[in-house]
Amino acid sequence: MGTSSDATDRFVRRHIGPRPADRDRMLEAVGAESLDVLIDQTIPKSIRLPRPLELPEGESEQTCVDRLRRIAAKNRCYRSYIGMGYYGCITPAVILRNVLENPSWYTPYTPYQAEIAQGRLEALLNFQTTVIDLTGMDVANASLLDEATAAAEAMAMLSRVSRGRGRRFLVSPHCFPQTRAVVAGRAEPLGFELDVADPSTATFSDDVFGVLLQYPDDSGAATDLTETIARAHAAGVLVAVATDLLALTVLKPPGEMGADVVVGNSQRFGVQPGYGGPHAAFLATRQAHIRQMPGRVIGASVDVHGAPAYRMALQTREQHIRREKATSNICTAQSLLANMAGFYAVYHGPQGLEAIGRRLHRLACVLERRLERFGCEQRNAEYFDTLRIGVGSLELAARVPDAAEAAHLNFRWFDDGDVGIALDETSTEADLDDIVAAFGKALGRDPVEAGDDAPGEEAFSDGVARQSAFLTHPVFQTHQSETEMMRYLKQLERRDIGLDTSMIPLGSCTMKLNPAAAMLPVTWPAIGDLHPFVPVDQAAGYAQIFAELESALCGITGLDAVSLQPNSGAQGELAGLMVIRAYHHHRGEDGRRVVLIPSSAHGTNPASAVMAGMQVVVVACDDAGNVDVDDLRAKAAEHGAALSALMITYPSTHGVFEEAIREICVTVHEHGGQVYMDGANMNAQVGLTSPAVIGADVCHLNLHKTFAVPHGGGGPGMGPIAVAAHLAPYLPRHPVAGPTMARGIPPVAAAPWGSASILTISYAYIRMLGADGLTDATRYAILTANYLKARLEPHFEVLYARPNGRVAHELIFDLRPFREATGIDEQDVAKRLIDYGFHAPTVSFPVPGTMMVEPTESEPLEELDRFCEALIAIRGEIQAIADGHADRQDNLLKNAPHTAAAVVSDTWSHPYSREAAAFPRPFVRAQKFWPSVGRIDNAYGDRHLICSCPPVEARGED
Amino acid sequence: MYPDDRKYSKDHEWVKLSGGEATIGITQYAQEQLGDVVYVELPEVGRAVKRGEIFGTIESVKAVSELFCPMSGEVTAVNADLSDYPEVVNSKPHDTWMITLKLGDPSEAEGLLDSAGYQASLG
Ligand SMILES: Cc1ncc(COP(=O)(O)O)c(C=O)c1O
Repeated sequence: MGTSSDATDRFVRRHIGPRPADRDRMLEAVGAESLDVLIDQTIPKSIRLPRPLELPEGESEQTCVDRLRRIAAKNRCYRSYIGMGYYGCITPAVILRNVLENPSWYTPYTPYQAEIAQGRLEALLNFQTTVIDLTGMDVANASLLDEATAAAEAMAMLSRVSRGRGRRFLVSPHCFPQTRAVVAGRAEPLGFELDVADPSTATFSDDVFGVLLQYPDDSGAATDLTETIARAHAAGVLVAVATDLLALTVLKPPGEMGADVVVGNSQRFGVQPGYGGPHAAFLATRQAHIRQMPGRVIGASVDVHGAPAYRMALQTREQHIRREKATSNICTAQSLLANMAGFYAVYHGPQGLEAIGRRLHRLACVLERRLERFGCEQRNAEYFDTLRIGVGSLELAARVPDAAEAAHLNFRWFDDGDVGIALDETSTEADLDDIVAAFGKALGRDPVEAGDDAPGEEAFSDGVARQSAFLTHPVFQTHQSETEMMRYLKQLERRDIGLDTSMIPLGSCTMKLNPAAAMLPVTWPAIGDLHPFVPVDQAAGYAQIFAELESALCGITGLDAVSLQPNSGAQGELAGLMVIRAYHHHRGEDGRRVVLIPSSAHGTNPASAVMAGMQVVVVACDDAGNVDVDDLRAKAAEHGAALSALMITYPSTHGVFEEAIREICVTVHEHGGQVYMDGANMNAQVGLTSPAVIGADVCHLNLHKTFAVPHGGGGPGMGPIAVAAHLAPYLPRHPVAGPTMARGIPPVAAAPWGSASILTISYAYIRMLGADGLTDATRYAILTANYLKARLEPHFEVLYARPNGRVAHELIFDLRPFREATGIDEQDVAKRLIDYGFHAPTVSFPVPGTMMVEPTESEPLEELDRFCEALIAIRGEIQAIADGHADRQDNLLKNAPHTAAAVVSDTWSHPYSREAAAFPRPFVRAQKFWPSVGRIDNAYGDRHLICSCPPVEARGED
Repeated sequence: MYPDDRKYSKDHEWVKLSGGEATIGITQYAQEQLGDVVYVELPEVGRAVKRGEIFGTIESVKAVSELFCPMSGEVTAVNADLSDYPEVVNSKPHDTWMITLKLGDPSEAEGLLDSAGYQASLG
C-alpha cells in the first residue's frame, strides 16, 4: 500500500529511463554541471517559461486509474441503435488480448523498416484484402483516419483522376450528415463547388467531375446503384461510394455496381465505437487509379534471397516525397485498428462473416414485422440491419424519446419524426423485445400485439444480393480455432520490433514509453462502448476528461483554447490552417493565401497547406540549418498583404532551438500573418518553453508523440490544436454533436472529439506525471539526446547544433561523407542496425543521407549505451571498407540484415564470419532479434505491384 | 558515354532528330540520379507540348521527377513497353525512348547541347 506521496510509487520514476545516479554520469559525459545548466545552454533564455506549469502534482498509477474509473462511471452506457457509421460490435477476446492490449502490436512505428515489420505488414495486407474482396474493388490502402475524411479524400482523388474536367462535385443527401459536412469543408478550399443532390435523379452538367453516394444509405436503405453509376459514367462523371463492410457480406459490393472509389469505416470489424474512435477507415479503387490513391499501400515484393516480403509500396505518391504535390497530407493513419479489422476477418473467415451479416439482417426483418404490427411504417424498401420507422404522426413520434430514455435505449431521431434503428453484432432477440416494448409504451400498444417471430430465411432482391465469393485466400480459412489464431498473432508479432524489444530512436517520432496504466481505460466498456452521437448527458465522464485535458493542454502550450477533433498531426495542420483562413476571412482579408514554409519542414506541412487552399512559398535554411531570417523577411515583405501564415516546427526539424524564433514570429505578425507551429517536437518544450512564448498563434500536438499515445504501428494518433484567444471562435464545429461555435470552421473529422477513447491515455499521462514530472520528462529527453551527441560525435559528424554545441531532444548524424569513400549509405547503416537488434533512426528526413536520432526520456542509460556501442561498431565496419579490409560490395553493411536462414546456410560465401554477421557484439547474443527476411527489393515490388494477400505458392516457408 | 548522334537538354533529356521528328529519352546521368525507376507516366498521343512544358513524370522508389519537353511539337508515339518494363530506363537509358514528337519549330534544336557540351555541363 502506498500513498501518492510515497516516493516508491511515483510514476515519474517508472517513466524516465535514466536513474538519478545515471544522470550524473550522463551530465559528466555531456560536460554540464547539472541538468539545469544543460537546459540553460540548450534553450534560449529569451523563451524560457517565466514560471512552472500550473498543473496538478503527479499521482501514482493506481490513484490515476482509480480516478479515471470514477470519471468513466459517469458515462452512462445505454444500448445505442443510432447507426450513422458507428455500431456496437464484439472484439474477439483473442484479438483484444493479443493485439489491442499487447505492446508488441501497439508500440511499433509505421513500417518504414520493412525487414523488422513483416508481421504487421502481413496483417495490413490482410486488411487490404478484406477491403478489396468485400467492396469488389482492385486495390485498397492500409487505412485512412475516418469515413468522412476518406470520403473527402475520394473527392480530391476523383478530381485528379478526371484531370480537371470540372469543379463541381455532387453529394447525395442520403450520405451521413457528418460525411457531408466534412466533405463540404474540404471542398471549399480546393475550389470545388459542392451540390447536395440526389444523383439518381440529378442531371450531370459538364462541370461535374464526381459524385458521392452512400450504400446502404443514411436511412439504412440498400438500393442497387448500378443504373445511377452507369448514368454518371455515361456523362463522364466518376463515382465514389461510402459503404459498410459488414453489410457487404450479404449485399452486392459497390465494385460490382461500377463504383470508381469505395470508402468506409471498418469499425464494425471488432473495434469498439469509443465515443468516436479510433477506427480504421479505408479507400479502395480500380487498379488504373492506384497512383492517385491517398494513404499508405502495402505491397508484396521479394528480399535478396528471393523470398516473399512485404513493404510499403508506391511511396512517391505520399507527402514525405511529393510534398505539396502529394495525393494527400495523410501520414499517421489507423494501423492498429486496421490490423484488428483484418484479424477479425481472418478469425471469422468468409463463412463466419456472412453468418454474422445474415443473422443481423434476419433480426432486422423480425423487428420490422413486429413494429409494423403496431401500425409503424418501415420506409426502407430493402435494408441490411438499419430500419427507418415512421410511427404515424409527429405527435406519436414525440413520445418515443421518453420511452427510449426510460428503457435506456438510444435511437436515431430524424427531423421528420422518423426513428432510425440500427442493429449490430451484439443485438439479440431479447434486445428486440426491449425495443418493441419501448415502442409499445410510446404508442400505447401492448407488446403482445407485436408478436414474437422467430428469425427465418430472408432474401434480398437480385439487384442488391451478393452473389460473389469473398476472402477465398487460405489465410481467411485457417485460423478459426482460438489456438490457431493465437499462434498466428504471435508468429506475426515476433517478426516485428516494437518498444518491447529495444529502443526505437526515430527522430521526430518521440517513441517514448506508452504506460500500461494509461492504456487500461481504453478497453473499459464505459469508455469503449459509447456511440459518438449519444446525448451529451450520457457522456458526462468524457466531458470531464475533455475539459480537464483541454485545460492541461492550454496550460502546456500557453494558448487559450483547444479543439480535440483532429485525428493526427497532419489533420491538425489542416484544421489549424483552416482556422487561420477563417480568421482572415472574417477580417475581410481573403487575399491572404500565402504560407511560408521552411525548406526543412515535414512533408505534411506543404501538403496540408495545399489542401487548405494556400500557396506554398519555401523559405531557405542557412548553413547552420536554421531558418534564413533574411530570406524570411524578404518573403514576408514580398507577399505582405497576401501573407496568410508561417508554418514552423519548434525546436526545428533539425533538432535545434533556433535563437531567432521570436524574431521570426514577430516578422510574420508584422506583415499580418499568423504563426502555425508544428508541434511534433513538443517533447523538447513541455514545462520549459511554450508555443505561446515563442509567438505562435496555433499549434497541433501529436498526442501520439509527446503525450504517450502509442503509435500502433502507424496509428492511431491524435492531433488536437491549441489556439490563441483571437482564433478560438473559429475552431471546428460538428453538425451532429459537440462544438457549435457560430463562426467555427466545418468539421475536420467524422466525430466531434476525434478518437475520443485514446484521449484517456494522454489524460492519464499528464495526471500521473504532473507539472514537475512533465518538465522532468522534457529535461531528460534533452539530456539523453545530448548524451548521444557526446558519445557518438567522435565517430559521426553531427549536422546541426546551437553555436554552443547543444542539441534539443534529437540530433542528426551525417552519413553522406561515407558514401563516396565506401559506397555505404544511410540505408545500409539502418539495415545493419537490425543485426544489432535495433530499429533504425529516421533516415532521409529532414536531410537525405543522414540519420536523425531521438532517444526520448524513457530509455535507460544501459540501452543508450548499447545503441552507442552498436553505432560505434558499425562505424568500425565502415572504416574497414574505407581501409580496404572489407569488400565494397560484399560486406557486413550491404548484406544486412542477416537472417537466421542466411547465417546457418550450408553455403556461406561472404568474406566475413557468420558470427560477425549475426552476433557482432556480446550484448547482441543475449537478446538476438532475427529479422524474418533479408534486405527487401523495393523496386521489384513497385514494378510488380501486388497489394492483396499473394497466392500461397508465392510464400516462403517460415 | 553520351552518344554524338543526338542533342541534350539541361534537364537531362536526350533528343534524336530526324526529318521533322524528334525522339526523346532521359540520359544516363538522369537515371543514375533517380535510382531504380519503377514507373513512367507518358502523355497521350496527339497532345501538343511546348518546349519546357512537363510531358510526363518518372518515378523511382524514392523520388519523382518531372519530364520537361526539350522541344515543342505534337506527340506522335509513346513507348508503351515502359509500363511493363520501366527498368530498361536504368539499364539502357540511351536506347530507351519515351516519346516521339512531330516538331513545331525544328530550329529550337539550336538551344540544345551537343554531347561534349552536355558532359561539360555535368561538371
Ligand atoms: C515534424 C512533423 N510534422 C508533422 C508530422 C505529421 O504528424 P502525423 O503523422 O500525426 O500526421 C510529423 C510526423 O510524423 C512530423 O514529424
